[in-house]
Amino acid sequence: MQSESVMPPRTLFEKIWDSHQVCPGPEDSHILYVDLHLVHEVTTPQAFEGLRLAGRKVRRPDLTVATLDHNIPTTGNRFLIEDALARTQVETLRSNCREFGIELFDLASPNQGIVHVIGPELGLTQPGMTIVCGDSHTSTHGAFGALAFGIGTSEVEHVLATQCLVQQKPKTMLVHFAGALPHGITSKDMVLALIAQIGTDGATGHIVEYAGEAIRALSMEARMTICNMSIEAGARAGMIAADQTTFDYLRDRRFAPKDRDWNQAEEYWRTLQTDSGARFDTTVEINAAQLAPFVTWGTNPGMAAPVTAAVPDPDQVADESDRNSISRALEYMGLRPRTKIEDIPVDRVFIGSCTNARLEDIRAAARVIRGYKVASRVKGMVVPGSQRVKREAESEGLDKIFIAAGFEWRESGCSMCLGMNADRLNPGERCASTSNRNLEGRQGAGGRTHLVSPAMAAAAAVAGHFVDIRQWEYKG
Amino acid sequence: MQSFTIHTGTAALLERDSVDTDQIIPKQFLKRIERTGYGDFLFFDWRYDADGRPNPAFALNAPQYAGATVLIAGKNFACGSSREHAVWALRDYGFRTVLAVSFADIFVNNCVRNGLLPVVLSSAEIAELTSRARLATPLSLTVDLQRGLVSTKDGFNADFQIQPFRRMCLLEGLDEIGMTLKHESEIAAYEASRPSRISICRPELRRL
Ligand code: SF4
Repeated sequence: MQSESVMPPRTLFEKIWDSHQVCPGPEDSHILYVDLHLVHEVTTPQAFEGLRLAGRKVRRPDLTVATLDHNIPTTGNRFLIEDALARTQVETLRSNCREFGIELFDLASPNQGIVHVIGPELGLTQPGMTIVCGDSHTSTHGAFGALAFGIGTSEVEHVLATQCLVQQKPKTMLVHFAGALPHGITSKDMVLALIAQIGTDGATGHIVEYAGEAIRALSMEARMTICNMSIEAGARAGMIAADQTTFDYLRDRRFAPKDRDWNQAEEYWRTLQTDSGARFDTTVEINAAQLAPFVTWGTNPGMAAPVTAAVPDPDQVADESDRNSISRALEYMGLRPRTKIEDIPVDRVFIGSCTNARLEDIRAAARVIRGYKVASRVKGMVVPGSQRVKREAESEGLDKIFIAAGFEWRESGCSMCLGMNADRLNPGERCASTSNRNLEGRQGAGGRTHLVSPAMAAAAAVAGHFVDIRQWEYKG
Repeated sequence: MQSFTIHTGTAALLERDSVDTDQIIPKQFLKRIERTGYGDFLFFDWRYDADGRPNPAFALNAPQYAGATVLIAGKNFACGSSREHAVWALRDYGFRTVLAVSFADIFVNNCVRNGLLPVVLSSAEIAELTSRARLATPLSLTVDLQRGLVSTKDGFNADFQIQPFRRMCLLEGLDEIGMTLKHESEIAAYEASRPSRISICRPELRRL
């Protein structure tokens, strides 16, 4: 083994990549070990079926954890799934978990929730791990200094069978947020500003590491929001090196190491920093001190602007393909060029998803809502990211604030982030959403989504249109 | 898995950038538990109107694209969700290869595991093919993975590169799981070399 002193400087990503090499794979590939495999109902039935057909087993059920989140109802009797196809998918996951000995956080479990919310809150997600899931927002877990990325169903089957993945080495990108975040600006605004700057393919082929003063100052929950949306810039994964904030969050969580194991783990985790002098393939600088609250106006997360700005005018855009994309997006969104973002009215407000439905997000929205009522034209819903988030929010009385204001308070799940269950926008409805994708039809065919932070969504619910949260008058 | 060596077929033009996997296969079709039968749902929201009738304005409904097996797209094709259903739907509809300026990473990984060849061409080459396809309908193309070449009978030729492992997966129709399982002893040795870190995860279920 090479000693540390003669090792060339390495990035955080390279340290984790190197320590998970099982052996070289064919051609330019590597066989990489997977420490934690998260499983949900939508992208796995075909993988388990593949195992059965080939007579294979799950190699490490002890490193595999399942939850139900994408398809399930968030209202009424959630144990009674009326949609026959969704019910079959849920039951298929249950029987697969039984057959292969995988722990499932089922609907009745106090630990059930969106896969990327429960991993961290149970302490399953830890620094230095490789974490995969058949879901692109697996990048969320990178907030803990883990290498976490989404995979397809064939790769899910591969991990189930071998606990490994065959991968080629990606490139690296450093996104450096200099300066301190101004008051009222959140990590959602940071990541929307980044995607607006580099585009939805700006980080394709890269693992992104986020660094800088503004990142270090963020809570774990806020870090998860940024890493979550890395994929919206095309990145394979997003990562933030672990620090005291990470350790304080993890300590005493159910699956976190205990006692002596903790001390050993923490000592190791502290080594997982990008060495000075380590090289990134690409570097992006963003001045955090100049950020404003961001709102998306188009049909991908890169089509975003500060709340004080206006919707672009395609006639002012020189590049033909950009002009066409903008025209098409504005047509779908039902927006006129140069409309001021603050003049855009909303019909629905969705506070939920693995991007922004953790306790801090719900607290931030509740703080805005307190003492106000939802505008008469608006229907608002809060869908906590997990049962734990829901319980904790309720123990602080946050549910009552939302209900008093006219919001619906739901059970945990993905819900209207992707509208696979009954929670959907109607055609033409316009929604301020704390989720991560404003793609055509994402929240329901013909639905129009504007991505914002939880506080901005809450303020839009009260005002009936977008407002600059920096001017909000908080009551109580 | 089906392999890909060389394919000749007619092309369909999409003429859009950043087509996401939510458009390729909308979420309402992800509830199925099979790998097949997604072709009818490909580009569903664009392909059909609210009453389920084919939308004449959508490219794939154009009569000259009937039976197309080569899809020509723009940049950042298949961004967004990791759903492999997007690849299954393209394959099931009949596409064998997609030519684009760029692709999302997870989609490419999914492609090579399902015999769908993602070909990266320059924007000038895509523009050239686009104008040819608009004139000659249908445009017949040959995509040769062995030689890394896209060509037409009337003289269009473009080289393309694909990473060696991906090329191998496609050419050989590799059983990747079977291949990795041959490294059982290395996997076991790896696990044995770092049991303490692995046990951090779930000590009560620890197998080693
Ligand atoms: S909340 Fe949305 S983005 Fe997150 S896992 Fe669920 S569907 Fe995917």
